[in-house]
Amino acid sequence: MSATDKDYFTCQELVELVTNYIEDALTPIERARFEAHLAICRGCTTYVQQMRQTIALLGKLPETTIAPQARDQLLMIFRDWKRAKQG
Amino acid sequence: MDSVETTNEFESDPPDAPVLATLDEQRLVEALRNGDEDAFTSLVMQYQNSMLRIAHYYVGSSAAAEDVVQETWLGVLRGLDNFAGRSSLRTWIFRILTNRAKTRGIRDGRTIPFASLQFQDDEASEPIVNADRFWPADHPQWANVWVSYPRSWGQFPEDRALAAELQAVIQHSIEMLPPNQRAVISLRDIEGISSEEVCNVLEISESNQRVLLHRARAKVRRAVEQYQNEASIA
Repeated sequence: MSATDKDYFTCQELVELVTNYIEDALTPIERARFEAHLAICRGCTTYVQQMRQTIALLGKLPETTIAPQARDQLLMIFRDWKRAKQG
Repeated sequence: MDSVETTNEFESDPPDAPVLATLDEQRLVEALRNGDEDAFTSLVMQYQNSMLRIAHYYVGSSAAAEDVVQETWLGVLRGLDNFAGRSSLRTWIFRILTNRAKTRGIRDGRTIPFASLQFQDDEASEPIVNADRFWPADHPQWANVWVSYPRSWGQFPEDRALAAELQAVIQHSIEMLPPNQRAVISLRDIEGISSEEVCNVLEISESNQRVLLHRARAKVRRAVEQYQNEASIA
C-alpha cells in the first residue's frame, strides 16, 4: 500500500516526505495528513525540526577558500587576457 | 504526483523568466572590462565553488572539473563584451560553464542526458532513515513507528560562527555525497540558489531535484545527529 492510498502517514512514510513538505510540493490532502501526524508525534516533529536545522546550518557555512594555486592560475589568465586586450 | 508538478509550475515563475542583470552586476562587468583585478577576484571568490560542483556533476572527476572551470573563466573574460545584461551575470556564467562541461563530458565518454544517471545509485531504493529505527510493519501496535524518538538538538548558537568541529563534520558529509546530490545541496542550501535555477543549470526536473536534495539533506542531518550524540556523551 502506498502512502497516498490511506488517510494517514506512518512515521516511516513521513520521513520520506519531509523535503516535499518543506519545499511545498505536497498536495493539499497530503499536506493535511502530514501536519495531522506532526500534531500527535513528537518523534517526527523533532525529525522535521532537525531537517530545518540542517538546512539552516548549511546556509551558515563559511565561504570555502580557493586553493592558492588555482587562484594564482586564474590571476595569470586574467593578466594575460588583459594584456592581449590592450594589445 | 503529476498533479503536484502542475500545481508547482503554475504557481511559480516559468524557469526561463528573464532575470536581468542588476546594477551592481553591470558595474562589476564594467570594472572587469576595464581590467580591474579586484573585481575579477571577487567574482571568482563568489562563484568558484558552485562552479566546481556543477562541473563535477557533468564531468565526473574533480581534476576535469577544475579544468572546465578554468576554461570557463577564460570564456567569461573573452565573452564580456557580448554580455548585454539580458540575464543575471551568474546565469550567464553558469551557461558558459554547463556548455563547456557537457562538451568535456562527451569528450571523456560520458553520455548525455545525465538525468538518466540520477537513480543508478545503489542507494536509490534505500530508506532515508535506517529501517531499524522503526518498529517493523507487522508490529501489532507500533507498526512503522519510531523505536526511540530522535533526540532534540536544542538550539544552535545563532550569533556566533558555527563551531569549527561541526563545520568540518558538515563539510565532510557533503564531500562524501555522490556528485549529483552534492551539486544540488551545495547550490540550494549553501549558496541559496532557487530551485528553478538549479534545475536549469543541472538540467533535471523539479521532482528529480527534490529527490536528490532529500537524500543529501538526510545524510547531512545524520552526520550532525551523530556529532550531537557523541558531543552529549563526552
